[in-house]
Amino acid sequence: MSTNVIMPQMGESVAEGTITKWLRKVGEPIGRDEPLFEISTDKVDAEIPSPAAGILSQILVKENETVAVNTVVAVIDGEGAATGAPAQQVEAKVSTPPEVPEAAEPPTPAAAEGGEIEAEGGSAAPESEEVRSSPLVRRIAREYQVDLTQVRGTGSGGRISKKDILDYVEQRQSAAASRTGAAQPPSAPAASISPPAASLPSPTPAPVQPAPAPPAFTGPAQVVQMTPMRRQIAEHMVGSKRTSAHVYTVFEVEMSKVVETRERQRDEFERRNGFKLTYTPFFVRAAVEAIRDIPVINSSVDAMNIIYKRDVNVGIAVALEAGLIVPVIKRADEKNFLGIARAVQDLAERARTKRLSVDDVQGGTFTITNPGSFGGLFGLPIINQPQVAILGVGAIEKRPVVRDDAIAIRSMAYLSLSYDHRVIDGAVAEKFLSRIKQILENWSEPVL
Amino acid sequence: MPVLTYVEAIRQGIWEEMERDPSVFLLGEDVGVLGGAFKVTDGMLEKFGAERVIDTPISESAIVGAAVGAALMGMRPVAEMQFMDFIACGFDQIVNMAAKMHYRWGPALPIVIRGPSGAGVHGGPYHSQSNEMWFVHTPGLKVIMPATAYDAKGLIKSAIRDDNPVIFYEHKFLYRRIKEEVPEGDYVVPLGKAAVRREGKDVAIITYGAMVWTALEAAGELEKEGISLEVVDLRTLLPYDEEAVLGSVRKCNKVILLHEGTRTGGMAGELAALIAERAFEDLDGPIVRITGLDTPVPFSPPLEEYFLPNARKVIEAARKLARY
Repeated sequence: MSTNVIMPQMGESVAEGTITKWLRKVGEPIGRDEPLFEISTDKVDAEIPSPAAGILSQILVKENETVAVNTVVAVIDGEGAATGAPAQQVEAKVSTPPEVPEAAEPPTPAAAEGGEIEAEGGSAAPESEEVRSSPLVRRIAREYQVDLTQVRGTGSGGRISKKDILDYVEQRQSAAASRTGAAQPPSAPAASISPPAASLPSPTPAPVQPAPAPPAFTGPAQVVQMTPMRRQIAEHMVGSKRTSAHVYTVFEVEMSKVVETRERQRDEFERRNGFKLTYTPFFVRAAVEAIRDIPVINSSVDAMNIIYKRDVNVGIAVALEAGLIVPVIKRADEKNFLGIARAVQDLAERARTKRLSVDDVQGGTFTITNPGSFGGLFGLPIINQPQVAILGVGAIEKRPVVRDDAIAIRSMAYLSLSYDHRVIDGAVAEKFLSRIKQILENWSEPVL
Repeated sequence: MPVLTYVEAIRQGIWEEMERDPSVFLLGEDVGVLGGAFKVTDGMLEKFGAERVIDTPISESAIVGAAVGAALMGMRPVAEMQFMDFIACGFDQIVNMAAKMHYRWGPALPIVIRGPSGAGVHGGPYHSQSNEMWFVHTPGLKVIMPATAYDAKGLIKSAIRDDNPVIFYEHKFLYRRIKEEVPEGDYVVPLGKAAVRREGKDVAIITYGAMVWTALEAAGELEKEGISLEVVDLRTLLPYDEEAVLGSVRKCNKVILLHEGTRTGGMAGELAALIAERAFEDLDGPIVRITGLDTPVPFSPPLEEYFLPNARKVIEAARKLARY
C-alpha cells in the first residue's frame, strides 16, 4: 500500500512551497510522524512529518524546487500500521524490517503471502487484508467505517474478534484525535510541527478534519460527562452529516383511509393479538412497498459503488429516557401487516426494557422516525449511516384542505424524506414519497 | 399429565393414528405377535387385528414394496425396519419407487418407514448405524429424527398424515432412557421445523437425535465457564429448517455442527456449505464439525466410545471456538 506525500498548505493564502531539505533518502525507512523533509514558504519555514510508516520509495521533487500546494512530492511504500503506535497487538503482517529490494516492488497484500483464509474482499478496505479478523468483523468494519489496523485484537493469535471491534466502535469517540477511527487515508500531519508558527490552520489534504475547538466558555456551568450512548449518538450524527449529501423533501398525505381503517379494526385487532394497533405498521408497510418499486432507497454507498441490498431491514427509531435507539425489523419485505405490527411492538417493548440484542440494532437498510409523536409537524432527520434515506413521520392532525374546490376537514400528516444526493436524485425521492402517499391514501391491505 | 418414555410416546402416537384413520396399518418383521423387537407395537395386534398389524417375511424389499403398493391403492402403511441398518435391503423400493412416484406420474405416496437407528448400545456395525444421509440425498423423501418423547409422538403423527414417503428414524439409545410429560390425545409437531432446545449467544450448536442430549450436557458444563451455547435440534433433516440454522448462526456468529453419523458426506457438511453460502459475513470463527468417525461402528465398547461424539469432545471444541 503506498502513500503519497504532498506539499502541505502552511497558511490560508499560501499557494506553493519549496523543498529545502530531504531528511531521508530513497530506500530509507521512516516512521509515521517522523520528520521527512523541510520546506520554505513565504509565511513560514517548517519541518514536515511523514504521513505514514514505511520505506521512502520515490522522491518526486528535488531540493530547492518549488511546487504548488497539494503536489505529490514523494511516495512512501508502507503497510499501514504505525510503528510507533501504542500497544500494537493486532497481528498485522506489517512492520517487517524494511529491505530495499522488497520495498521497491508494489506492495502485495499480506494475505497472499501468509495464507490468510480470505482473498481480496471486494468492498473491504484494503487495510483489512493485513490483519486477522473474520468475515463478520470485516462486515462490521465496513458498516462502521473502521480501519482494522487500528483495532486491538484479543482473539486467538491476536485476531480481531467480534467483541474487539464492537468495543472499539463503542469507544471510538473517546479516542484521541490522532487515532482516526474511520477507514481514511492516513491523516495529515498532526500538530507536531516544530517550528515557531503559532497557530497554523490544519492542512487541508485529508477529507475529514476534527472540528476546531470552540472558544472556551467562561461563565458558571455544570460539566456532565456524556454517557456512552450519547457519545455514540453524537459521533454518528456528525459523521453522517459529513458523509452524506443531505437533501430533504416533504409531502403531505391524507390519512383518512388509514385512520378510518384503524378506528374500525382496533378493538378486534387488540382482542385477537393482545396488543394495540398503532399507526406505525401502516407506515412501515407503505415504505416497504415503495422500496420494492424504488430499490435505490435500500442501498448503501461504498467508495465508488452503490450496494443494492436484497433484504429490506427497517429500523424504527425509539425514544428512550436519555437518548434513542433504532431496533431493526429484519426482512420487513417478507412480513405482512400483522407480522410488521408484531415486530414493531416486540422491538419497542424490548427497547424500553433494555432487552435488545446487538443483532436487533444492526443490519438496518432503511429507517423510519416519528417527530410527530412529540407533536412535531414534520422533521428533517439525519440519515442513519450507512443507509441513504430516512423517513420522518409527522403528527396526524385534522386540517382544513381543499377538495373539489371546497374546504374539507381531513386527517393529514406531513412525511419528510432526508436522502443522500450522492445516489438519490430529487425526482427519485419524489417518486418514492409519492408512492408511499399513494399507498397510504388508498390503503387496502387487511390488517386483521 | 402422564410421563412417557420415548418408545411409549411413539407407540401412543401410532396407536392414536390407527384409531383415527382406518386406512393406517402396520407391517414389518415381528411387529404383530412379538409386538416389535423393541416393543414399539406391543398390544396392537390384539387391538387392531391381523389385517392391520401384519408380520412379514424377512425381506425389507418386500416390506417396502408392499407398502408402496398399498399406498397406491389408498392405504397409509407404516412399515417397520427392525433395525434401520437393514433398510439397505429395501433401498431400491425406497429411492426408485417410493421417492419418485409422485414426481413421475402424480399419485400421493403416504408411507412411513420407521425403525431404530444409532449407536451407544454396543450393537456393533450392523445394528448401530445412522444412515439418514442416504435418504437426505434423495429428493422426494422426507427424513425425520426426533430427539424427545414429546416430539416423537407429535412427529410420528405428522409423518403418518403426510402424503409423502417419510423415513422416520427413532434413536434406540433414547427409547427407554428419556421420558417426559406427553399430552394424551391428539397433537402434532410440524415436519420441517427445528426447535431451539436451549437459548445461547456465544456458540450455536446444530444437531439432532441422541446428540441433542450430548449437546445439552455440554451446554450445562460450559455455562459454568461463561460460555453460552445455543442448542438447535433440527428434528427434520429433509427438508431441514434453513432459517433456524441461519438464524442461530447470525445470532451467535460461531457454530458447531454435531451428529453421530459418519463425517464424510454427513449432515454437517451440508449445513456447513449452507452457512458459508448464506451467512459468510456473520461468521466470527471457522465452522466446526463434530461427528462419528469415518469407520463402521465398532463393537468393542472402548472403540465405540472413541467413535462417537460425546460431551467432552463438544466442550473442548466449544471452548476452543469461543476463544478464537
